[in-house]
Amino acid sequence: MPRSQTRQLQKPPIDAWGAGRLGLIFSLLYRYGPPRWSQYVRKHWAGQRLVIAVPYLWLVLFFAVPFIIVLKLSFSEVRLAMPPFAPLIERVSDVAYAVNVNLGNYAFLFSDPLYTSSYLYSVKVAAISTLLCLLIGYPMSYAIARSAPTLRNIWLMLIILPFWTSFLLRVYAWVGLLKTDGLINQALGIFGLGPFTMMYTDFAVYIGIVYSYLPFMILPLYSNLEKHDLTLLEASADLGAGPIKSFLRITLPLSFPGIVAGSLLVFIPAVGEYVIPSLLGRSDQLMIGRVLSDEFFANRDWPVASAVSIAMLLLLVVPIVLFQRFQNRELAGAKK
Amino acid sequence: MTERQGHVSGEGGPPRPIDKSNEYVRIENVTKRFGDFVAVDNVSLSIFKGEIFCLLGGSGCGKTTLLRMLAGFEAPTSGRIFIDGQDMEDTLPYERPVNMMFQSYALFPHMTVEKNVSFGLEQEKLPRKEIDQRVAEMLETVKLSELARRKPHQLSGGQRQRVALARALVKKPKLLLLDEPLGALDKKLREATQFELINLQEKLGVTFVVVTHDQEEAMTLASRIGVMDRGEIVQVGTPTEIYEYPTSRFVADFIGSVNMFEGRLTEDEPNYVRIHAPELSCAIYVDHGISSAPGAAVWAAIRPEKIELTREEPAGPDNRARGVVKDIAYMGDMSIYLVKIDSGKMVRVTLPNSVRQLSERISWDETVWLSWDPSSPVILPQ
Repeated sequence: MPRSQTRQLQKPPIDAWGAGRLGLIFSLLYRYGPPRWSQYVRKHWAGQRLVIAVPYLWLVLFFAVPFIIVLKLSFSEVRLAMPPFAPLIERVSDVAYAVNVNLGNYAFLFSDPLYTSSYLYSVKVAAISTLLCLLIGYPMSYAIARSAPTLRNIWLMLIILPFWTSFLLRVYAWVGLLKTDGLINQALGIFGLGPFTMMYTDFAVYIGIVYSYLPFMILPLYSNLEKHDLTLLEASADLGAGPIKSFLRITLPLSFPGIVAGSLLVFIPAVGEYVIPSLLGRSDQLMIGRVLSDEFFANRDWPVASAVSIAMLLLLVVPIVLFQRFQNRELAGAKK
Repeated sequence: MTERQGHVSGEGGPPRPIDKSNEYVRIENVTKRFGDFVAVDNVSLSIFKGEIFCLLGGSGCGKTTLLRMLAGFEAPTSGRIFIDGQDMEDTLPYERPVNMMFQSYALFPHMTVEKNVSFGLEQEKLPRKEIDQRVAEMLETVKLSELARRKPHQLSGGQRQRVALARALVKKPKLLLLDEPLGALDKKLREATQFELINLQEKLGVTFVVVTHDQEEAMTLASRIGVMDRGEIVQVGTPTEIYEYPTSRFVADFIGSVNMFEGRLTEDEPNYVRIHAPELSCAIYVDHGISSAPGAAVWAAIRPEKIELTREEPAGPDNRARGVVKDIAYMGDMSIYLVKIDSGKMVRVTLPNSVRQLSERISWDETVWLSWDPSSPVILPQ
């Protein structure tokens, strides 16, 4: 290469464009490139963080702040006033403030068997409903995941279709089906059976919850089962395992994350379910969601209502934490 | 088909003797259709005890379908499969005395290496002690003892391959099916594993049926190769037979590279033939007879390494051509020369780089002479 060409490729020395300050800036720019602020921003304030910040801000405003308010309320004392509770920090005189922390609301939850029995009943109903959803949902998800790819979307569409009608309306529809002179009893009457009392029983609550929450079980299970590598089943058969053994040792353990996800999606909202037990359930045994709303609206005892909801939250935090753990494990397993 | 030269058996026999009296797998007129598509077309084949049989062919030639029929994952549309003398028609995959190593390895992701290997033995309801002992032995054999408690996703490709092999072999199958066993490994590892596989096979005395698209792999592993094309077996033979005596243009082309000359038989005697090839200025003289009518149109196939490249004109009237070197590919151990002969045809010649001096070597645009031994050309029907 000729010498003159190599010289041209070299960067000019500082101040090559005259002694002026602007000239200096330009020559520095030429030599070192533009300031790397954009890189600094990219490194420490990545777009990723901005994107994550939006939902976090949302959660702080509409979850964390109300939660703190409810938590504060649960420690205050009820008053016949507006608002119906005593402030936590009260100004007694010009120089003194009183801090009224009242643990009585929580003590009250344990003293009155209404609350403990409602909690236990809610957990029982939710657990049995979850199990029923799993027993019904697993074969359905499995069948959808193994059907022809063109049919899968149709089956899934049929699962999701009920969501297009109002939830309340669908639960009301069950009233018409289940009541003593309802459609089911009428149909059974043709064969000389019944009438059976189905309304306002545990049975009706299970029907309502399983019916409403079944898609929440099927969808995560389906998305898990659909990803299974079917050669694993061939390998299992090749190694001498029959279809049942292969299911129990290969498919079932591999679908465990889907089972956990679906079960928690059913269990958590089912514990706090309000509409279904109110419309279909027993009147002598309340679920905790009903107790909560009665406490708040009928008794106007906001502090106890808050204590009930905080206790319910703690009850649900355990499964949520478990859910997170399994999700993390599934993510770790997927990175292979 | 065509010639089956008398002296084939004299040279290039199988690397290990095959006991042909000991047939282990018999495939009888097996056809498999998927709708209109014929994946396997009337294949008949015998595989003998203790051999490594390679099914070699391009993608979609039906080799994997044939293997899957042996494993029982696909049922033949017609025809029968016998394993160890027993008709396999009604035998389900989990009842067959056969194990398979899958192309994707199909390791159970939720089980440790140890659990993966013991899975098959657990199905046999063996006592726990024996299972543990056999698993430990097998992991020792494939050098995976230290990794026994790892999960598959914590292993490298080569380690996974060994787990898959151990899982299939621990059941002591009489027949092991391997679907592209080395496909996912890099070149160095693949070569090392090929020899490991052969050693293992000799040690355990298992019959291997290997499916591969890689001719090098087939040549190294196999005691016999079955070349497949469009669902049919086109030739079965030892690697040497397949390479040196292909019976069809497809096989000659598929295995290695080859120069094809179109021609017509002019003289056909029991001990020699002469072929007139329009692309050459001389005749092709072959020192072995074939059974074909004079005047028949044939292909003469000559392997690139069997052609000599000289600056001096070779003696004799036949088996030679003059040309100009158009391209040289230096491969290290050998070089590939592309020579344009007088008729305009490009001929491929490979020469070993046995000397180091570059000046000695034939270079670009040099006029050279090609010549070959009368035993080199293979005559194939058109």
